[in-house]
Amino acid sequence: MIMAPLPASWLPLVAIALPMACVPLILLARRFPDVREGITMAGASLLIVVVALLAFALSLGPVAPLAVTGPIADLPLTMRVEPLGMLFALVAGFLWLITSIYAVGYMRAHHEKNQTRFYVFFAIAIGATMGIAFAGDLLTLFIFYEILTISTFPLVTHAQNDEARRAGRLYLGILMGTSIGLFLLAIVITYAVAGTLDFRPGGILQDKVQPALAGLLLALYVFGIAKAAVMPMHRWLPAAMVAPTPVSALLHAVAVVKAGAFSVLKITTFIFGFDLLAGLTATGLLQAVAAFTVIAASLVALTKDNLKARLAYSTISQLSYIVLAALIADPAAFLGGGFHIATHAFGKITLFFCAGAILVAAHKTRISELDGMGRVMPFTFAAFLIGSFSLIGLPPMGGLWSKWLMIQGAFNTQHWILIGVFAVSTLLNIAYLLPIPFRAFFRPLPDGASSGVREAPLPCLAAMAVTIMGCLALFFLPDPVIAFLSRALSLSGAFP
Amino acid sequence: MNLLAHLPALQIVVPLVAAPICAVLFNPRIAQPFAVLVSLVTFAISVGLLNEVLAEGEIVYHMGGWEPPWGIAYVIDPLNALLLCLVSGMAAIVMPAVRLGIGAETTERSRRLFLSLALLALTGMLGIVITGDAFNLYVFLEISSLSSYALIATGNDRRAAPAAFNYLIQGTVGATFILIGIGLLYMMTGTLNMADLAVRIVDLRHTAPIQAALAFILVGAAVKAALFPAHAWMPNAYTYAPSMVSAFFGATATKVGAYIMIRFIFTVFGAEWVFGDMMIGWILVPLGIAAAFAGSLVAIWQTDLKRMLAYSSVAQVGYISAAIGLGNRDGLIAAIVHVFNHGLMKGALFMVMACVILRLGRADITSFRGLGRRMPVTMGCFVVAGLSMIGVPLTVGFVSKWYLVLGAIEAGVWPVAVLVIMSSLLSVIYIGRVIEVAYFAPAPDDARIQEAPALLLVPTLLLTVLCITFGIATDTTVGVAAYAVQFLLGGLP
Repeated sequence: MIMAPLPASWLPLVAIALPMACVPLILLARRFPDVREGITMAGASLLIVVVALLAFALSLGPVAPLAVTGPIADLPLTMRVEPLGMLFALVAGFLWLITSIYAVGYMRAHHEKNQTRFYVFFAIAIGATMGIAFAGDLLTLFIFYEILTISTFPLVTHAQNDEARRAGRLYLGILMGTSIGLFLLAIVITYAVAGTLDFRPGGILQDKVQPALAGLLLALYVFGIAKAAVMPMHRWLPAAMVAPTPVSALLHAVAVVKAGAFSVLKITTFIFGFDLLAGLTATGLLQAVAAFTVIAASLVALTKDNLKARLAYSTISQLSYIVLAALIADPAAFLGGGFHIATHAFGKITLFFCAGAILVAAHKTRISELDGMGRVMPFTFAAFLIGSFSLIGLPPMGGLWSKWLMIQGAFNTQHWILIGVFAVSTLLNIAYLLPIPFRAFFRPLPDGASSGVREAPLPCLAAMAVTIMGCLALFFLPDPVIAFLSRALSLSGAFP
Repeated sequence: MNLLAHLPALQIVVPLVAAPICAVLFNPRIAQPFAVLVSLVTFAISVGLLNEVLAEGEIVYHMGGWEPPWGIAYVIDPLNALLLCLVSGMAAIVMPAVRLGIGAETTERSRRLFLSLALLALTGMLGIVITGDAFNLYVFLEISSLSSYALIATGNDRRAAPAAFNYLIQGTVGATFILIGIGLLYMMTGTLNMADLAVRIVDLRHTAPIQAALAFILVGAAVKAALFPAHAWMPNAYTYAPSMVSAFFGATATKVGAYIMIRFIFTVFGAEWVFGDMMIGWILVPLGIAAAFAGSLVAIWQTDLKRMLAYSSVAQVGYISAAIGLGNRDGLIAAIVHVFNHGLMKGALFMVMACVILRLGRADITSFRGLGRRMPVTMGCFVVAGLSMIGVPLTVGFVSKWYLVLGAIEAGVWPVAVLVIMSSLLSVIYIGRVIEVAYFAPAPDDARIQEAPALLLVPTLLLTVLCITFGIATDTTVGVAAYAVQFLLGGLP
């Protein structure tokens, strides 16, 4: 089938190369900020076209995998497009453009230095995210996972002050320590026992490992993929909030953290397989850890007065939803986890956009300072309210469906306690999110505080409007997405 | 006369003859390009030999047409062909920069001698690697050692002389051990040719002299390879030697020691006996792991970064030793590949030190403040080579580590796999702290601090690029190593 000048199987490579190709252009245009940002916009728009084409190709039929020789002789690096990764790539690619629009408004209004470096590493990070989304085997996934860690380090430490340095230590120390110390070890063991690292429906470890070793491997994966921020590997995420807000928004609410949750989902489904997973004692123990993270992170979020810190702990909690869904080992939960990647992305990025807008327009970072701000910045706080609805799972927002599916998965497999966890955490979501817009709208402004504060820059507002539309769209049109995702599980559908 | 048929001899003869010529050339402006030319020719010969081995298999060359056991045979298989390329390649990369990298005070006259010594050291290392004769190996070992003691002593720092003396004492003990071992082998078998030795040893393995020979040779090679706890000569030697010497030896000298170990274990004594009855794996692996931890832990606390790199080398030699000790296919691939890969990345890192020392006169951690901005290319090289030390994918370090961990798991020694990975995490700390200083601390107001000159920068960049190239396209390294393992292991798994 001829889709484009290139056969569809090459498109994943294009999706990875495209953001990377922006790097030299951005560097060349470093003296002309408008051209520089124009290149990012053009690259992001093109990337959307590429992933959309790929999604279209996948909706018509399987896309042939692509293999290139890599560093390890017997393990070619493969790109294999399947619905879950496709959805992740769509979300990340689309939000790159939106975040770039937002970033132009934010970075200029905030007079950030070294903006060229910022856009360069941002582009590399997106390229790496595409690589994770389309990776057809664990080694490829690991390579892009590491590139993502390294390319985001200069973004997290953008300010280059003492706070950034401390955060950078924690960021690199935890992410790289776990990925090399646990994740890589798990991959090598998997290769030694299974003889392959390919993602296959039903997994590759079935009948190859003793339950004890399988349990150990599962633990190595869940904790080794620290990007999923399961406690106690979560500390890097709040630390990463020293980064400029567009980084927190796209990378630490969408790309990086979802890369972690996505990897866990992918490994439980396509390396272990539901049957093997359901029979392991370790699965139950890790479910308990993830459930604890869901609740504990929500409780910590309640105590945080710094807005971005509260959102960070909320992200930790929401990521463990996906990990929990992955460990429930049920098709409905898998769909819920996959769908949650999209719904949480749109909801949380909206909230971060708002947090950044508040910082830029009003120079406020604390929740306790937001009294009455809703009157000064009505659009921003309205967006915050709607984004909160999506995260809580209230209609008419997409967050409802992902939670619904995950609870259904827990119900199917009779994990009654986990249903309780989902319920309690929803209440906690309400408790730590809704007071923020309420405070802004219903409390009076402190005397003399409003002088000079205006609504956020226009690019920022436009970006928020788009992400809110995304939340709404996911509520009204979940079926195509879920039908698309469910093909990831069918043997014949996605895998040639 | 067909010149190509004599490539194995030329490999040694060219640098050997060039060394005295270099010393008597009056004008260093001629001596320098001459030495560069010689090292390039030597490298070209190595590449030619590697191609020939890959195309046609093992090359056996009889020196002067004398057949063994009367004459000396040069035997080139994929293993030493790859090492010849590493050694002569490093020389070719480093040699052009010698003018800048050996310190400002070096006089014109001594530079000639320096170049001459460097060519001699090159000859010695190439000879150790290429020869198929045990005693000839010892002769070349002394040639390379004596010239390296002198080279290290040319360092500007006054402490270079005691460091060189220290190395002289320990290196001589090591070399003597190797000589005793070879003497015992000759006593028992009546031959010095490695291939003959391998055949005759089989029936004599139960005898004490052969077993003692194994012990002497391994200990001697361990000193040369700076395997913990016989590494004491290395940190001072590399710290106080001129930058170029550190770069060249850091990349090659310890590797040649590891080569001696591999060659004697696998070609002469036979792996199944060494690892089976003699249980040498139980010495090499624990020592290697201990070296990895000790070296990395000490590296973390160093303020002089050349010394830090030297201790990091102690750790890396530990990996090579552990990989050899696993005694299986993947372990041996890891050892050979890491010999090559570590040469590249350590060479790149020492070249970075040379750039920094040229501009700042020293390489302690405080002098790296703000260099990320002042010397962006140099520090970029440091970051990439440093990531390679950590073992990040798409760098050479990842490839070595993959095979090492895989080899450990396949040998069934899980703790080794875990310990290797844990110790490699320590490198995150000692590389990370340099990056922190370079990029997060403010630069001092000193206009002299600027990017290094192209003469130093180009070799540094070249080595850094190679760290990535051979981290992605591993046909040459892993492919050759796997081929070499076929020769070394024969029928073993």
